[in-house]
Amino acid sequence: MLLLRTVSLSPASCGAALRFPTSLAGCKRPFGVAALQNARLYASQAAEAVLEKPAVASDTVAKAAAEKKPVGLESKSFAVNMFKGQISTAQVFPFPSVLNEEQSEFIRELVGPVSRFFTEVNDPMKNENLEMVEETTMAGLKEMGAFGLQVPTDLGGLGLNNTQYARLVEIVGMHDLGVGITLGAHQSIGFKGILLFGNKAQKEKYLPKLASGEHVAAFCLTEPASGSDAASIKTTAVPSPCGKYYTLNGSKIWISNGGLAEIFTVFAKTAVKDEKTGEMKDKITAFIVERGHGGVTSGPPEKKMGIKASNTAEVYFDGVRVPAECVLGEVGGGFKVAMNILNNGRFGMAAALAGTMKGVIAKAVDHAVNRTQFGNKIHSYGIIQEKMARMAMLHYVAESMAYMVSGNMDSGASEFQIEAAISKIFASEAAWGVTDECIQILGGMGFMKEAGVERVMRDLRIFRIFEGTNDILRLFVALNGFQNAGNQLKGLQKALKNPVGNLGLLTGEIGKRVRRKAGLGSGLTLQGTVHPDLAQSGDLVVKAIEQFGLTVEELLLKHGKKIIDEQLVLQRVADGAIDLYAMVVVLSRASRSLSQGLPSAQHEKILCETWCVEAHDRIMKNMKELRSSSSKQIYRNIKNISAALVENGGVVTPNPLGF
Amino acid sequence: MAARVLVGVKRVIDYAVKVRVKPDNTGVVTDGVKHSMNPFCEIAVEEAVKLKEKQLVKEVVAVSCGPQQVQETIRTALAMGADRGIHVEVSGKDYDALGPLQVSKIMAALAKKEEANLIILGKQAIDDDCNQTGQMTAALLDWPQGTFASEVVLEGDKLKVVREVDGGLETVKLDMPAVVTADLRLNTPRYATLPNIMKAKKKKISVVKPGDLGVDVASRLEVLRVEEPPQRKAGVKVETVEDLVSKLKEGGRI
Repeated sequence: MLLLRTVSLSPASCGAALRFPTSLAGCKRPFGVAALQNARLYASQAAEAVLEKPAVASDTVAKAAAEKKPVGLESKSFAVNMFKGQISTAQVFPFPSVLNEEQSEFIRELVGPVSRFFTEVNDPMKNENLEMVEETTMAGLKEMGAFGLQVPTDLGGLGLNNTQYARLVEIVGMHDLGVGITLGAHQSIGFKGILLFGNKAQKEKYLPKLASGEHVAAFCLTEPASGSDAASIKTTAVPSPCGKYYTLNGSKIWISNGGLAEIFTVFAKTAVKDEKTGEMKDKITAFIVERGHGGVTSGPPEKKMGIKASNTAEVYFDGVRVPAECVLGEVGGGFKVAMNILNNGRFGMAAALAGTMKGVIAKAVDHAVNRTQFGNKIHSYGIIQEKMARMAMLHYVAESMAYMVSGNMDSGASEFQIEAAISKIFASEAAWGVTDECIQILGGMGFMKEAGVERVMRDLRIFRIFEGTNDILRLFVALNGFQNAGNQLKGLQKALKNPVGNLGLLTGEIGKRVRRKAGLGSGLTLQGTVHPDLAQSGDLVVKAIEQFGLTVEELLLKHGKKIIDEQLVLQRVADGAIDLYAMVVVLSRASRSLSQGLPSAQHEKILCETWCVEAHDRIMKNMKELRSSSSKQIYRNIKNISAALVENGGVVTPNPLGF
Repeated sequence: MAARVLVGVKRVIDYAVKVRVKPDNTGVVTDGVKHSMNPFCEIAVEEAVKLKEKQLVKEVVAVSCGPQQVQETIRTALAMGADRGIHVEVSGKDYDALGPLQVSKIMAALAKKEEANLIILGKQAIDDDCNQTGQMTAALLDWPQGTFASEVVLEGDKLKVVREVDGGLETVKLDMPAVVTADLRLNTPRYATLPNIMKAKKKKISVVKPGDLGVDVASRLEVLRVEEPPQRKAGVKVETVEDLVSKLKEGGRI
């Protein structure tokens, strides 16, 4: 539904009007890739306007680009490779099964009590009305161990890996996203930095009390003037002359758990000497700040649209003296810290939202099988059936993505940032669409508070905004992909300078292009990788990847470094990437289910086939439009319309009545 | 001080699952169905753990009879606070036919072997609703019994049990050793917390066979047929009070 909608909105649909060969614009230009590399800094500025907590996205884009590994080192990431028109199956086939028997048994034992706690003790409606998690529930969650799911066991936590964590978070997401945010702000971002970057002393000092919930943690990045553009934060940390402490000044807004937390991960600017030039430059550093350090205060809880049970507050740092031992990671390395924390947490949102979808789908189905209209149960009507089927597909995709990414992370993959971003974008939009349709199926009942779905809808809304708005993340996905594809082209460009030494590479690449132009396909295949019963879906994925890779290459050649300015193009490329990754993820999961002979295998096959056919068509249409010149006119129109609105301070057109 | 309490924990189909009868009517579908601890057994475990927390007993031992999977149920009891577990291995046909008599023989044998002074069981299991195991165990051991307990107080070597009987409460005083079966209102069982589930992994579960205990688990009962409850038939609408009265008379209701 969601993606369908997004796609149908995409401007390129007005195709044929202005058709002329794009290749003219493109092929005279040399490979525009080196230029793209130089454009890194610009990338962050372009993306600037957006990042919320995601401030990181823009940074990530810049940073990821800056830290790019040398050309030629092959990435195993499926997403990275699809931008090059290549298939890398390593991380996606077979569907990851990372839990050993003991881990699997352990998580199985945990699922029951956690589910029970959420059905029998936690009361989401009460939490919402109280605008806080009820005290007994909070105490129960702490006792339950829910505050230290991933803290190592020797430091008082449960030592869960990402996949096990995903399974429990799914239960939380099914019942109460407000509680989910309280727990997530604490451990998915609040103290994740200590887990990922903390030294031994920091871990031993902080983690035990955080794991027990005696201390609550919060993540402080966003500031009044710094949302999506994290690089622009104004909070400062000035080292003392003796070097023993830093003095922190500044304020952070919309901090989840800000009013409850004792421990804060705070990002602030510090002057750092550039090793090469000797110049002093402001760089971001991450700090562990205790409320007890003094000078830390927080504002009243914010009034919000949803997730009301979770505490959101401003946090002020007024001359806070932070000991030098509290620097998290390296001085000046705060960007990396922030980026990694967020990157590592995204799969958790996908998992939670998969749970949310499962919950509302059950409500929708229950209503559809019990409600009679026109003499029949409403599930017998086609329109209701389509809604339910689409809800099931979106859930299947999002859930598969969550466990694909967590599985990749648990098996030690280092490159999963595109996949993680896609899972967050997809799940947050899918959950919104699924919940919206659940309300639609419930009709008037769904609009009533009593049904408990409108709260879910309000709770969900923030997921498309925080921890990287979906808009910034789309740019992130596309730019990251272009960066990688660009590197490949650059390698090719180098090879062209020494054709003899690179004969193999060149014949391969030339051959690929010739075949593509001749419409023969690239020789890529997923036969033998996917389950034979899903061969057709496999072929659709291959075709989509070929078109996608081709389009990416053409766009690179056409726009060069200016691709960074082309947000409308980037957004559409990102949509294609999301659809493509979704296809391969369900293909992998359904293949595994068929091979294992699961009772649900045939059902999964249908979900997968349906998804693949529709996603393939969307991608083909999208790519065609991206490559057609007619979309240019649409882009121009969009720009003009928007500019007129800006000039008028709103709608330009008068009322049809003239007054 | 009572040294040791045995608690029986039965693995049953979860109360929230909609039970389906097998197509051949030999029983109900259990494959791929969620199982958990019988709710009355949870109450029994909770009571035993409470006694231990009050330092009135030294050790709580959770016992379950059945195939490998019952160890999950024992683990739950361990996570709630039982000290160790005994898995009495019964599988296949023997497990299908395992009833109150067989289990009570096992419990009685274990009580002697483990030198238990108190056995706490759920008053019945939610799958077969037999409500016999506690009574039979007491009979086999020739111990006093306090069934349907809604309050249990250990007073020296006596046990005061408040029983929920028809029309009110009955208080009995038992000599130890004794058998108690837990009713719904005895307590509210705690949730197994995740850290305790983790700790429970280190607790010991010993595995024994009924034969080791000298118990013959052969059953003298044969299940002939298991059926779904009959579907409720649709009623009829009547136009007038007179119609209603005559219909009721026809049906012999008035």
